[in-house]
Amino acid sequence: MNKTITIAHGNGGEENNELIKNIFYKHFKNDILERSEDAAVLQVAGEVAMTTDSFTVSPLFFPGGDIGKLAVCGTCNDLAMMGAKPKFLTCSVIIEEGFSTRELEKIVRSMKKELEVNGAVVVSGDTKVVPKGSVDKLFINTTGIGEIEQKGISSHNLQEGMSILVSRDVGAHGATIFAAREGITLESTLQTDCASLYPQVKALIDADIDIVAMRDATRGGVAAVLNEWAKASSVCVEIEEEKIPVQEEVKGICEMLGFEAVNLANEGTFVLAVAKADEVKALEVLQQTHESATLIGTVTHQHDGKVILNSSWGTKRFLDLPTGELLPRIC
Amino acid sequence: MKELALKNLYDDFRDGKTLQAYAKIIAEDAAKLDRTINIMEVCGGHTHSIMKFGLPQLMPENINFIHGPGCPVCIMPKERIDHAYVLAMQPDVILVTLGDMIKVPGSNGSLQDARAKGADVRFVYSPMECLKIAQENPEKKVIFFAIGFETTTPMTAVLIDQVIKQGVENILFHINHVTVPEVMKELIDSRDVHVDSYNNKIDAFLGPSHVSVIAGSKIYEQFPRDYGRPVVVSGFEPVDVMEGISMIVKQFMQNRCELEIQYKRVVTHEGNLNAQRLINTYFDKVSLFRWRGLGNVPESGLKLKDAYAKYDAEVVYKDVLPLAEIEDHKLCICGDILRGMAKPPECTIFGTACKPTTPIGSCMVSSEGACAAYYKYGNLL
Repeated sequence: MNKTITIAHGNGGEENNELIKNIFYKHFKNDILERSEDAAVLQVAGEVAMTTDSFTVSPLFFPGGDIGKLAVCGTCNDLAMMGAKPKFLTCSVIIEEGFSTRELEKIVRSMKKELEVNGAVVVSGDTKVVPKGSVDKLFINTTGIGEIEQKGISSHNLQEGMSILVSRDVGAHGATIFAAREGITLESTLQTDCASLYPQVKALIDADIDIVAMRDATRGGVAAVLNEWAKASSVCVEIEEEKIPVQEEVKGICEMLGFEAVNLANEGTFVLAVAKADEVKALEVLQQTHESATLIGTVTHQHDGKVILNSSWGTKRFLDLPTGELLPRIC
Repeated sequence: MKELALKNLYDDFRDGKTLQAYAKIIAEDAAKLDRTINIMEVCGGHTHSIMKFGLPQLMPENINFIHGPGCPVCIMPKERIDHAYVLAMQPDVILVTLGDMIKVPGSNGSLQDARAKGADVRFVYSPMECLKIAQENPEKKVIFFAIGFETTTPMTAVLIDQVIKQGVENILFHINHVTVPEVMKELIDSRDVHVDSYNNKIDAFLGPSHVSVIAGSKIYEQFPRDYGRPVVVSGFEPVDVMEGISMIVKQFMQNRCELEIQYKRVVTHEGNLNAQRLINTYFDKVSLFRWRGLGNVPESGLKLKDAYAKYDAEVVYKDVLPLAEIEDHKLCICGDILRGMAKPPECTIFGTACKPTTPIGSCMVSSEGACAAYYKYGNLL
């Protein structure tokens, strides 16, 4: 194969087939995909969940992951957050002319690895190559279907007295991407939290925990999830600020750039709401994967529709949704 | 020696028990005063800290915060934002600026909008990145839209210094640097007609420490001496701010009116003389700089010296830059807020027509403006 992807690789002809065969089929190998029909035919049992997401990230490779891992985790995690086991994914890529074939294969390989963690397969796909400058290197869209294993999980179900937990320390992905970005010269050993969450969800279900609400804290971070829940359930979520787990390095980057860790994106961290009675058991299960999992707050009616942060010195403030582009502070 | 971790720089300065202890001291001292003390924190960084950490909730009734004009993005008049927009839209220009400057709407839109229309707009954390951008794009003009108070001016001066020394041909500057003491004087002693500023309620100032790291604490000597207003130069962590407030309250209790430094761990009387020298090499004061919400303030802005006019985008592009001044909306009361005459929620358009996503007045523009801080953190008192 060529060292770089050319417009010819998206032409539907020979080069196109070569690209599909030598990269996508090679790594995604499974019976359904290899039938090469116009659409995949699937066997599913019971209720299914379905979701789609498009991925664009700069840089494409970052400490602890790449866009491929992100594209599988992102969609599988959305399924897992609805109590579903990820089963089937589609994978569409839009490639900028001139993109390195080797890098593309590296990305597809990391997608494969993450599919295995979830026990899911890619059953359908599409490749487009566009002229230089039309996209930023590579965009990936994945759509996924999963089989529901625990029903009734919803952001509308929060009630007074319920407990709010996070599955690990927050903000690592956003801080990593910021540190790796052009225009900001920062050295750090930080790694993204990018990871598949289905194994943790399965552990919660296996431990008979009644999951009330669950959401991965991607763009907008933990703050966005909590605000959505407070509004959807018409309750107040009260968080003890000092209990929110944040790695020292993430804290440091936030201090320097003027961010709050709760606003930073995560790719392998979720927020969980359970009844008070399930709180201890749920925490135990979460801590088997990440010791930093913590109980951070409770549901009240102090100010319905809002999230309140309580400080250790007795003051309160609203935690609002982040707005606009996150930009570093000036001085 | 134990290695100093980043967390040592803030952990202890956010300790709940220490904050409560200061709250108690302030309350006890303030109880002995028979008046209200209005303290202006000049800097937007302080406003942000005060609101984020909920410090007004720890204050007794007779200690009141007035939120000052010290946010470089907020105070930028619309016509200068229009300059940035127009420059960004010029062919073969890369416009570089800092942080949330790119969000602020001018009359044609923000720099973000310009970017969406195809302009090359970039934000950097350090102005020195401009050197790299200029090197990578030799066929383009890189215009650094420089903003900020005494804190960011030295970085611009260093960049100019390097541009000249390295003979870089394709970097220009649009200078919007402003200075703190001049606007403090203006707030007490205004001669602008569109606000009744002789009625200001400022009793004391909390001075921003990072400004004094560069300019020294000496820049504030005139305020206790000539204006009868105590100044305490304070750090930005909540414990720093609480200690600073406590020092101010003690001055009133003991009938003192002095300049004091709370942030002794870095601030000196003279400041950073090298930085001051570099600034004086390249910049002159402008006779008037127009502040959004406050109007013209004498000698409060900087410009490149005439000898460096060939690096000055305002000179090089003077034919395309708009000149007319643009006033804020009539309902906007930012001028009163900055003088301590009103609090953000008293404004009729606060949180309704004027929001962080669609700011109308200066104080809503950047996250460090008073209105934006009130909007974001709410008022749970």
